[in-house]
Amino acid sequence: MSVLKKMPSWMIALPLSFCLHSALQAETIAKYGISMADIPLTTGQPDRGSGAYQFTGHTIYDPLIAWESNVATRPGKLIPGLATSWRVDAADHKKWIFTLRKGVKFHDGSEFKASSVIWNLDKVLSDKSPQFDAKQSAQVRPRIPSIASYRAIDEYTVEITTKNIDALFPYQLPWFLISSPAQWESLGKDWTKVATQPSGTGPFKLDKLVPRERADLVKNANYWDKTRIPKTDRIVLIPIPDAMTRANALLNGQVDIIEAPPPDVLPQLKNAGFKLVTNVTPHVWPYHFSTYPGSPWTDIRVRKAANLAIDRNAIVKLLNGLAVPAKGQLDTSSPWFGKPSFKIGYDLPAAKALMAQAGYSPSKPLKAKIIIAQGGTGQMLSLPMNEFIQQSLAEIGIQLEFEVVELENLYLHWRSGAKADMNAGKDITGINLGYVTSDPFYALTRFVDSRYIAPNGVNWGGYSNPKLDTTLDTLRNNFDIKVQDGLLAEVHQTMVDDALMLWVVHDVNPHALSPKVQEFIQAQHWFQDLTTIRMK
Amino acid sequence: MLIYILKRLLYAIPIALSVTVVSFMLVYLAPGDPLNAIAPADAPADVIEALKSAYGLDKPVPVQYGLWVWRAVHGDLGTSISSGRAVLGEVLGAVSNTFMLAIIASLMGVCMGCVLGALAGYQRGGWIDKAATTLSVIGVSVPHYWLGLVLTIIFSITLGWLPAMGAGPGGSSEWLWDAEHLRYLALPSITLSVIPMGIITRTVRALVADMLEQEFVSALKARGLGRLKIFKHVAKNTAPTVLAVTGLQIGYLMGGSILVETVFAWPGTGFLLNTAIFQRDIPLLQGTILVLCMIFVVLNLLVDIVQPVIDPRMGRG
Repeated sequence: MSVLKKMPSWMIALPLSFCLHSALQAETIAKYGISMADIPLTTGQPDRGSGAYQFTGHTIYDPLIAWESNVATRPGKLIPGLATSWRVDAADHKKWIFTLRKGVKFHDGSEFKASSVIWNLDKVLSDKSPQFDAKQSAQVRPRIPSIASYRAIDEYTVEITTKNIDALFPYQLPWFLISSPAQWESLGKDWTKVATQPSGTGPFKLDKLVPRERADLVKNANYWDKTRIPKTDRIVLIPIPDAMTRANALLNGQVDIIEAPPPDVLPQLKNAGFKLVTNVTPHVWPYHFSTYPGSPWTDIRVRKAANLAIDRNAIVKLLNGLAVPAKGQLDTSSPWFGKPSFKIGYDLPAAKALMAQAGYSPSKPLKAKIIIAQGGTGQMLSLPMNEFIQQSLAEIGIQLEFEVVELENLYLHWRSGAKADMNAGKDITGINLGYVTSDPFYALTRFVDSRYIAPNGVNWGGYSNPKLDTTLDTLRNNFDIKVQDGLLAEVHQTMVDDALMLWVVHDVNPHALSPKVQEFIQAQHWFQDLTTIRMK
Repeated sequence: MLIYILKRLLYAIPIALSVTVVSFMLVYLAPGDPLNAIAPADAPADVIEALKSAYGLDKPVPVQYGLWVWRAVHGDLGTSISSGRAVLGEVLGAVSNTFMLAIIASLMGVCMGCVLGALAGYQRGGWIDKAATTLSVIGVSVPHYWLGLVLTIIFSITLGWLPAMGAGPGGSSEWLWDAEHLRYLALPSITLSVIPMGIITRTVRALVADMLEQEFVSALKARGLGRLKIFKHVAKNTAPTVLAVTGLQIGYLMGGSILVETVFAWPGTGFLLNTAIFQRDIPLLQGTILVLCMIFVVLNLLVDIVQPVIDPRMGRG
């Protein structure tokens, strides 16, 4: 201490201030082990499903209308993105007018204007335009099916016309992201080059891309939404498709956050001080029934009995808590859940009674074949869970047989519909596929609208209910959000009361965090806001 | 010798052609739709048709094969449906990563195998023989991915000495041959080396034991040659077979191990194949299989050429 007293004050202050400055300037880094085998597309429209938008979609780019993804305690809602406001034309309900945000710049310095929106719509919808990109188009076209035409009214106003009146159209727009026309021009109009040097308006810029190994996202300090400036300077996305390897990398300190830790490792992670984060997630793990004549599921008593024969709490236990029991297509906290009269739960006597009324019992079983995947994204622990259901249904007199295929092949069977030869020809009358239920179309309308009966859509089982079709028409023509919510709840109620599917569990989108992660807000959605990640 | 090499080169041509047919057709036998790699699962029929046309998948399979071979001959293996990147670049990047692993694993496997096999061959029935045989049986029997996980749990998680996954702190594009990066190679290469070690141990043991029974060894002993000089003769006579087996093993290792590379998230050919298979990325799958098969063909060709140099009797046949 006496030595310190003898030293000139500048000799202490200088190194101290240097250390403090270094500490303040040190880059904060979060390493994020993602469950994908490769970094999703970085050119504008990410591939690899809705879970990829949080990584290379809403980080680098912005949509016209965004989804509120920085709240964990309630479902998010539509919020202004690059459009500050939007309204339907009072004279023509097919026309939507978007007022664009002024002063927004792409990462390359070019300005965002109405022409950028039109250029991006052409990029994915007009195969005659020079910037048309088949890959990006394939990702987003199915998600913005309502758009018929579009035009710029002035520098900051865009008009989009829908094919039919569609009051739910705004829900389609968080999927449509805006990339920089100037960057594409400057890189020789080559989307392959844009992939490594993308330019959007989002809160992060892509600093480095090593295919299949890493993508470095760095903070865009000039982001237009000052409430969403990233709290971490650099987020490194590391694809680690194997769940056990992801957990090992977290335990070893090579990454700070991982998606979907394997259920078996949870106790070890918790004991080692790692934090497990879960939340309500728009996902359901169901059996989607065929309601075509000849299907054993045409009898509502059988469908209801199946729903009452499953001990969902036991399945949650099987998953080490990484799921919540389903009481319908949606979680009960959803504003669209409604008040179904059919209460889904575990009631074996009631299930047996319903089967007896339908003329079946364990000694005289009903036989049905379900097509399932051996595993894959959204399928959770596919085989053990399906075996559990097989045993449960056997108790009430439903004898299930499985056709096990790879997930990619299952999609083919799904798109084709229950009536297609590949399904009906093999007596397949049910399909087990994890569904995303994030918005009205994804959660409800695509499964019940008779116009979407496969192959025109994914109403797989051919469900047709004229009353519901009328409700959907009313819904599309009503622009009051409260009324919309009421009508959507009505749709969901009918789905549950009709026991359209056997709903089993909802995923909780688990993440495991190292103690170095100070803040991580997990939204009740597949869209997540990585700007909320804060490191110690 | 020149005629021998030319003959071997000529044999390689029909093999290479067969490889192209098999690698192209094989992926069409698997169920599923390649467009699942790019289109969302609920993509409508018109989007699927547009994509088929954009990627040339609407053409008859023989036409697709002809176009593919024509482009492959000109060094173009097409574009990955999933990533949009050139297949050749993707495959060569992965091959170079697997090559690093394969070389280190081969060196470990061959050296250990030769030493253990020779010792076991000389000490037939002794404890060294029993230990070496046990090790070689374990080497060929233990599942790769299991061993990889066990090694990770011990050396990465419990002891914290080595990284659990990846190809260096900055990824394979920033690879350096320094201590920091070599740490990333340790666990996957040890895991991969156990099979060649086991196979070569068994091969060398059997060959050495057989050689020691040969009359020429008795003659050498009768002439009063020392153990070391006799060993040199034994080694020279066993070398061609060991070389052939080593060539095959390096070929297998160059193919990458899907399981080991997945367990260690090592961005090699096995990892690439795994990705391509699950995404039904047909151009990537075909390109990867083709390049790997050609590496195998070339390695066998090299072994065929080197063998007569070591043992001139083979060239005369």
